[in-house]
Amino acid sequence: MAAKDSGGQSQSQRSRQDADAEATEAAVDPEIAERHEAITEEVDDLLDEIDEVLETNSEEFVRSFVQKGGQ
Amino acid sequence: MKTQNLNGAKLGGLEKQTSPIGGSAAAPEGTRLESMTVRRIMGTEIEYGISVPGQPGANPMVTSSQIVNAYAARPELSKGGRARWDYEEETPLRDARGFTYTGALYDPAENLADEDSGLANVILTNGARLYVDHAHPEYSTPEVTNPREIVLFDKAGEMTMAEAALRAAHTPGIGPINLYKNNTDNKGASYGAHENYLMSRQTPFADIVAHFTPFLVTRQIYCGAGRIGIGQDASEHRFQISQRADFFEVEVGLETTLKRPIINTRDEPHADAERYRRLHVIIGDANLAEYATFLKVGTASIVLSMIESGAFDGTLGIAEPVAELRAVSHDPTLKHKIELRNGKRLTAIELQQSILEQAEAYCGADADPDTREVLDQWAYVLDALARDPMELADMLDWPAKLSLLDRYRERENLGWGAAKLQAIDLQYHDVRPEKGLYHRLVARGKMKRLLTDTEIINAMTEPPSDTRAFFRGRCLARYPSEVVAASWDSVIFDVGADSLVRVPMMEPEKGTKAHVGELFERCEAAKDLLDIITAD
Repeated sequence: MAAKDSGGQSQSQRSRQDADAEATEAAVDPEIAERHEAITEEVDDLLDEIDEVLETNSEEFVRSFVQKGGQ
Repeated sequence: MKTQNLNGAKLGGLEKQTSPIGGSAAAPEGTRLESMTVRRIMGTEIEYGISVPGQPGANPMVTSSQIVNAYAARPELSKGGRARWDYEEETPLRDARGFTYTGALYDPAENLADEDSGLANVILTNGARLYVDHAHPEYSTPEVTNPREIVLFDKAGEMTMAEAALRAAHTPGIGPINLYKNNTDNKGASYGAHENYLMSRQTPFADIVAHFTPFLVTRQIYCGAGRIGIGQDASEHRFQISQRADFFEVEVGLETTLKRPIINTRDEPHADAERYRRLHVIIGDANLAEYATFLKVGTASIVLSMIESGAFDGTLGIAEPVAELRAVSHDPTLKHKIELRNGKRLTAIELQQSILEQAEAYCGADADPDTREVLDQWAYVLDALARDPMELADMLDWPAKLSLLDRYRERENLGWGAAKLQAIDLQYHDVRPEKGLYHRLVARGKMKRLLTDTEIINAMTEPPSDTRAFFRGRCLARYPSEVVAASWDSVIFDVGADSLVRVPMMEPEKGTKAHVGELFERCEAAKDLLDIITAD
């Protein structure tokens, strides 16, 4: 069956817009800029951790997760 | 067939059934159920995804049995020989609409998985059941009376599975086995996370179908676990709210493994069938987030209470429930408008808000604290969902998962079909604290919690105090050698007499700590206990 990729969703578009708005604000307020930086660092840190704990071969991992049906 | 599960010879001479725990001289029918409360007898049962790294062809019945048996080696479970499951009262083919199913699609032998077919089963000292059902290890919580305790024992089940896998990995001859608290392999298979609610037998089943369906179709907006993939085989790569939505095909029915119905009609109360029905809800996702489980069962119990007292007028009936279930799940922006039978169109949030408003009016200002907490959290999440679902990324599963996926996707510039994203989706549900991404969020303090780990660890062995699960659990803990079998509504003892003694427990609210707790302290031997409870 052909796989389709729908691309971005409006959900994530909205959060990107929010992020952009925050970035603009941050340019004028150093306190917010600092907080924004802290959040960005934290997100980066979290994504780095995901990279660390994620099963090594994602493709193989996903493909080999095969279940018999249940209830 | 069922009775052969016990020591056959002795069962022939089963002693007169004792009745102190399940005496039918109970309160007048319906008294408890009329009170406007979230409290009722309830439980969950969750089938876990099971996988042997590098061996997709491994026999899941074998590996599931290895998981269950590995846990059964725990000292408190192995010291007196394992109690078996008593199938005496099980009738999974009885239909709530009033007939017993005799069609060819169902094989009772398959449904009644037990040791005779080589599938493992163990009854835990907290009153729960850990066993192999179909091709998955399953954990059924003990019966509890409120949503917070559902969360407690549901999470205890998760920890039980994690420990079982750890124990299996250290068993000679068994390789690593990974367990996932999710509901699909994204290749066409789905497995269940079921809820059970004890209800008044007097409530017409048609009322449940009419008024519970709109609730079930829309509750996924706060208790969906999130999934990448549309369709049973996930052939379209896109995020959806629920793991299970695409696997439901009819509105009402008895099936659980094919043509799954939104309202399941299994009528097997495991209690006095004259007074009770056990509503078997098969449509939920397995949740990791504590608040998701709390809301899932808490709101359901309130809505059932309202149905029991005829609080709904039927104006929320959905024109095409099965199609709308999917449409709601497929739109994480929550903008989709559901078409009602009366022609009105509401979003899932609006429909839930309407139910909540009626629930507030129904429960009133004097709701008990358990009920109040559910109503308040329900209102909170609906408001937050209306603003931005990502506000709930620290509280509910699908926003937490989508938030992770969105961030990862943006950083790596990945499309929804990327294997990495699918791996994140799957690994969110890994029960291992060091590997599961939900657990990694918790470790970072990124998820709001209702419980502490200490409470959950305690619940792995300690039964709830206010249901018959207390009696079951304590019997197993106190008299492991004498208990030969048990079930939801019975405990069977072998105290050395010519016949076995079966203690029926047809009233789920009897056999509580208040009722029999002191007896367990007093009675050194099971025989002493039986002497006392069979005396009157």
